[in-house]
Amino acid sequence: MQLEIRNNRDVWAGVMLIATGAAAVVIARDYSFGTSLRMGPGYFPSVLGGLLVLFGLYLVASGLRSNEKIEGTWSLRALVVLPMSLVMFGLLMEYAGFVPALMVLVVGSAAAGSEFNLKEALLLAAGLTFFAVVLFIWGLGLPYPLFAAW
Amino acid sequence: MELFQNLIFGFGVALSWQNLLYCMIGVSVGTLIGVLPGIGPLATIAMLLPITFNVAPVGALIMLAGIYYGAQYGGSTTAILVNLPGETSAVVTCIDGYQMARQGRAGPALAIAAIGSFIAGTFGTMLIAVAGPPLAELALKFGAPEYFSLMLMGLVAAAVLAQGDMMKSLAMVAMGLLLGIVGTDVNTGVQRFSLGITELSDGIGFIVVAVGVFAIGEIVANLGNPEERSVFTEKVKGLMPTWADFKQSAAPIARGTLLGSFFGVLPGTGPAIASFASYMVEKKLAKDPSRFGKGAIEGVAGPESANNADAQCKFIPMLTLGLPASSVMALMLGALTIQGIQPGPEVMTTRPELFWGLIASMWIGNAMLVVLNLPMIGLWVKLLKVPYRFLFPAIMAFSAIGVYSVNNSSFEIYLTALFGVIGFMWIKLGCSPAPMLLGFVLGPMMEEHLRRAMLMSKGDPSVFITRPISLGFIIATILILVVIVLPAVRRRRGEIAG
Repeated sequence: MQLEIRNNRDVWAGVMLIATGAAAVVIARDYSFGTSLRMGPGYFPSVLGGLLVLFGLYLVASGLRSNEKIEGTWSLRALVVLPMSLVMFGLLMEYAGFVPALMVLVVGSAAAGSEFNLKEALLLAAGLTFFAVVLFIWGLGLPYPLFAAW
Repeated sequence: MELFQNLIFGFGVALSWQNLLYCMIGVSVGTLIGVLPGIGPLATIAMLLPITFNVAPVGALIMLAGIYYGAQYGGSTTAILVNLPGETSAVVTCIDGYQMARQGRAGPALAIAAIGSFIAGTFGTMLIAVAGPPLAELALKFGAPEYFSLMLMGLVAAAVLAQGDMMKSLAMVAMGLLLGIVGTDVNTGVQRFSLGITELSDGIGFIVVAVGVFAIGEIVANLGNPEERSVFTEKVKGLMPTWADFKQSAAPIARGTLLGSFFGVLPGTGPAIASFASYMVEKKLAKDPSRFGKGAIEGVAGPESANNADAQCKFIPMLTLGLPASSVMALMLGALTIQGIQPGPEVMTTRPELFWGLIASMWIGNAMLVVLNLPMIGLWVKLLKVPYRFLFPAIMAFSAIGVYSVNNSSFEIYLTALFGVIGFMWIKLGCSPAPMLLGFVLGPMMEEHLRRAMLMSKGDPSVFITRPISLGFIIATILILVVIVLPAVRRRRGEIAG
């Protein structure tokens, strides 16, 4: 049975809820709870956190009973590469300008797919960047430098 | 007739060339993303929201609405021709629509879907025009307890009627409410859950959450499960349905329209539920139910009318009460708020051009969609051949620009990346993120109304059941729970016993 839990969908969903709820309750202890007449800033979050813990406990219990598995693959490549390309976009928007940021984002995102082809991705990035510059910068007047001075 | 005067005024607004252009853009984009599987109206509206900042509120709303109902039309095209739902609401259209296409009747299937949608859309817009003003008047009498009970009902209905496990959906609503709290407490100025990060003192932007979970998280999930697409390659010919087709479809279209309108006003139900209900009804009523699944035209006509009626009627609670009945409507509310308009029953009297202009534009948009979807069907079929590996980097690019341009903030980009990961995890664990977004938008409002109600009643919670309108909402909430939970409990018991 030990091995069953590792891939048990509802048990993990429950654990996630319990952790979130418990964290909310613990953090909300710093805010005054108040009374039901004058609710303090801690009232609503504490109640919600408690509710989440209860939901989580229920899910853990029902997961142990139903033993439903997590379906499909974890697509680890996409899960790492896509958020990383977004982070790169954010950094480059601050330090390098719109064009490099968007190029890196598109090529980076494309690399998250299994059929990645660098030449194709570069072409796609160039096309999309051109389109975005015309639409967003020239057309809608978003105030971003195309290339930032270093 | 005040209604006619108002409608004429509305058409005056909607027929200005700018608004016609926004309507045209909206329905075209809507059809496009409706046709393409893997991207829905929610992510699209979130991505394009920043573009609407420089547009007048009416034009912005007209365009965003067009994307939403346009997607209902486009979704059926993919369902019929590729056997893949372009939108979740077109899932049931696949069943009989694709069979019709295989029998060489793709044309009539597409035509009936578009005609049914148009009739449903017309009825839906009329319903908004007729029911809107009295509802808004009633809503003006609402105080804090009524709003709290109404939101409670909306959230419970959203969770209970959503696809998937009900307990998980309820939990996700609570999760959304909790996320909505992050930031400065309006009553006391206390920073809550901001973890000492200055950028979080204004709360988490809802575009960040919507794009992160519904665009990024979805892409990660899609890349994990590559789908096979076999586009129906034969040329679509003979669009016109036969007289027999029309006769067979008339009643299903009427029933689908009514069902869709009913589900549309209910909070939390997506168009998918309306179309599913319509399919079940048609199958039950059919003289020969065995035809279903083998290309019965009723199985296309009913559900396609239902999902469009639902999409139109979802605007009723949003426009009259300022409450989102679905996560897409939550985005629309956000668009209004960003434009400096406080959504609520007052909008109809203070900004009549917004309400009547939108209604008129919806009818015009529905007419445009029939033209877009029938004669131009070949264009959309070609678009279906764009492979996903070109599509998702483009979605990423638009998402990033959209999120960044809200506050010119790189921090929000990082937060979006984080929500992408969290959203993917939720999808994997079978926790549907749509109820979460609804809770997220309603969270701050709900807490505010709860606190005000308790102050009003001097801390006595019975205020929610002693005021008649509020009591009505509470009873409705309990009824929804009972009706849905009881059969589930019975079934579960049956399973264990069996």
